[in-house]
Amino acid sequence: MASNGIRDRVAIVGMGCTPFGEHWERGVNDLLVDATKEALTSAGIELSHVDAFWLGTLFSGQSGLTLSRPLKIDYKPVSRLENYCATGSEAFRNACYAVASGAYDVAMAIGVEKLKDSGFSGLPGSGSVGDGTRAPLTAPATFSLLAPAYGKKYGVDDATLKDAMTRIAWKNHKNGALNPRAQFRKEVPKETIACSPLVAGPLGIFDCSGVSDGSAAAIIVRAEDARRYTDKPLYVKALSFVAGPAAGPMDPDYDYTTFPEVVASAVDAYAQAGVKDARAELAMAEVHDCFTPTELVLMEDLGFAARGTAWKEVLAGTFDLDGELAVNPDGGLKSFGHPIGASGLRMLFEAWLQLRGEAGKRQIASVARGRKLALTHNLGGAPGECVSFVGIVGSEPSA
Amino acid sequence: MRGIAAYGAYVPYWRLDRKAIATALGAPSGSGTRSVASYDEDTTSLGVEAARAAVRAAPHLSPEVLYFATAQPAYLDKTNATAIHAALDLAPSSPAYDMAGAVRSGAGALGAALDARRPALAVLSDIRTGLPGGADEREGGDGGVAFLCCEDTRDARVLAEPVAFGSATAEFLERWRLPGEPASRQWEERFGEHVYVPLGESAVTEALKQAGVTAPSVTQWVIAGPHARAAKRLAASLGATKGSIVDDLATVIGNTGTAHAGLLLAHVLDTATPDALIAVVSLADGCDVTVWRATSAIAARRPATTVATQLRGGGAVGHATFLTWRGFLKREPPRRPDPQPPEAPPAARAEAWKFAFTGSRCQACGARHLPPQRVCVKCHAVDRMAPERLADVPATIATFTVDRLAYSLSPPVVAAVIDFEGGGRFQCELTDVDPAAVRIGDRVEMTFRRLFTAGSVHNYFWKARPIR
Repeated sequence: MASNGIRDRVAIVGMGCTPFGEHWERGVNDLLVDATKEALTSAGIELSHVDAFWLGTLFSGQSGLTLSRPLKIDYKPVSRLENYCATGSEAFRNACYAVASGAYDVAMAIGVEKLKDSGFSGLPGSGSVGDGTRAPLTAPATFSLLAPAYGKKYGVDDATLKDAMTRIAWKNHKNGALNPRAQFRKEVPKETIACSPLVAGPLGIFDCSGVSDGSAAAIIVRAEDARRYTDKPLYVKALSFVAGPAAGPMDPDYDYTTFPEVVASAVDAYAQAGVKDARAELAMAEVHDCFTPTELVLMEDLGFAARGTAWKEVLAGTFDLDGELAVNPDGGLKSFGHPIGASGLRMLFEAWLQLRGEAGKRQIASVARGRKLALTHNLGGAPGECVSFVGIVGSEPSA
Repeated sequence: MRGIAAYGAYVPYWRLDRKAIATALGAPSGSGTRSVASYDEDTTSLGVEAARAAVRAAPHLSPEVLYFATAQPAYLDKTNATAIHAALDLAPSSPAYDMAGAVRSGAGALGAALDARRPALAVLSDIRTGLPGGADEREGGDGGVAFLCCEDTRDARVLAEPVAFGSATAEFLERWRLPGEPASRQWEERFGEHVYVPLGESAVTEALKQAGVTAPSVTQWVIAGPHARAAKRLAASLGATKGSIVDDLATVIGNTGTAHAGLLLAHVLDTATPDALIAVVSLADGCDVTVWRATSAIAARRPATTVATQLRGGGAVGHATFLTWRGFLKREPPRRPDPQPPEAPPAARAEAWKFAFTGSRCQACGARHLPPQRVCVKCHAVDRMAPERLADVPATIATFTVDRLAYSLSPPVVAAVIDFEGGGRFQCELTDVDPAAVRIGDRVEMTFRRLFTAGSVHNYFWKARPIR
């Protein structure tokens, strides 16, 4: 894949993240102001020090005015972008490139989403249906297509597959219980998860990520400037983003047990960062667990487990907080919540805490043992037709 | 001479047991079942399914005019026959006309197809509704039938030809409905009997005279009409040979109104032998009689699925579900956005795709595409596509889901990724299906449906259903 990467050219020097959840008392403007304030404080700067802004949101506003109006940004560039559920990561990626190019010294990436105001279960609709020929499936339904296909291909019976899905939700809730900013801060017994009301296919309510409100932000500067702002910057090692040809729903060769877009962006990101064995080198990974079968398949697509074995690894606890590779230590979309535009930056916020040793009760032990890399992954769309982001950050510049 | 060159019938999958009505409403409702169009069917989609069966039986005969008759048109002011025309992928130069609003339009459409000077398709369908607890709810039925009529030639022998006609028309108020009303009204039953029987006798007498035969020489009598008692009285007065009156299917599918005489004729044609004389008597606002003779080609172009086969099928639908499907019971919707109507310009641009299920095939590598594409998903060739219709190609389920969150008039939405024989894949809804019975590898066929109605727009498209 043709990407050169900007390994170690830029660094994160400050981050902010609101609690995610049902913010009945706070609007989009409040969430943006809260996340910005925390990020600026964390970097020890003021708003006027930021030269350019990238705002990611899917449903909660259009144009840069969505950010400049509440913050009273004085005549500076504010780009608003969306890329489905990878929106937050896209804001980050574009801000990083702007700094790496030399165009700006200090940039802020911020993501926000206010989902709870719609009153709907799940995501709001995306408006026009055009010619009306597309099957009106909800997000859990499209991702649930993975389950029977995966089970059939690898000979995993329905009950065992459901156990693996349940284990993923249980683990993410367990991690989220340790996180004061998470939407759901409670462990949930496996029996409750397994018996929760069905939403789509084998997915119960507890197999679905939280619908929530929230915002997260990052301050990005040139790597050589980073230590002027903090002793513990995070260096950007890799940023990979791909949009697939959306061939899955049209090409019989696609088998609904993998996201080719994720495989492509992971291969690219590992090459940019010089990662040879992700499972052995990463301290943690925040992955896009929108639904439990998604996390299952991602373990294989990101190279954390061999094809057809992720369900065994999941059941064995490989990806637990104290497992070989902690996946979604902050609770993930499942328990931290999934305000679309904010999620990518929320994942980065966990990397920020963990690699700096500031994650408190859920601090991953391998960081102290010398693991210095964290991966964040977002995808948007549906199996067979999605966009995927893989980013890698590290606590030290490469030798 | 012109005659019927091909025909097809469609009986919807679902059956309502009349005992279920009795149980729900606490009043006797008779025995047997009635056919029920699913929540995603209307008279236009029933017509498409019947017409597809007829056209499939005669692939070399292309209809050059289409007449669509129903008492329950999906749209007023706008022609419904154009959707059937589009679903059949007929030539733009072949016109399509509605004969809508009354049961008698069924006899009119078939008559018009016989009178046309070119291959003509008559499509008859109906969905019979009535207020809960009424006779129309109980005794009505839903179904469709289509007849392709043309000149008898050596290349296209007709299966049956009309040898005589009889007709009687009078103005009287027996059954009626104002536009927009959910149910019809009827005058006292005995009045209908009083007016219909003499009209029927007069039309039958005329037809028999014209045919030069007496009642006992008619092999089979089809006597249909919304007024069951009048039809029975007429049947008894004809002097027909014992056993020659065809069962009216009231106990299995009920009375399908506009389609019923045609549906019964199709049922007879399914097993008729050469030279059989079939008298079809339709009592609706008068009487129309046609005496048909089965030709020696009667077995040449029978549809793949007989009426008898469709009578045997059927899944049970409960009374509450039936009421919901027909709009008599408003149920709590999910907390989801209301469905949005399809937009006219994109729907028009996509006519071949949306209505005829026409995808594209890459001329460079052969890959099929649903919906049609300009750039090949396999070899990336640009603008090398040729249209290809896949409506009649069977497919296999690659994976599936049951969506309990999505909006539907009849949740849950069942959907599958289906792979077509000979290539091509599509993700669509499944219908006429038990959500618990779907498996990877199941075989399905496409069926034309009304997905939903939003903003007063019917959204027609295709779904897949199990091949039974």
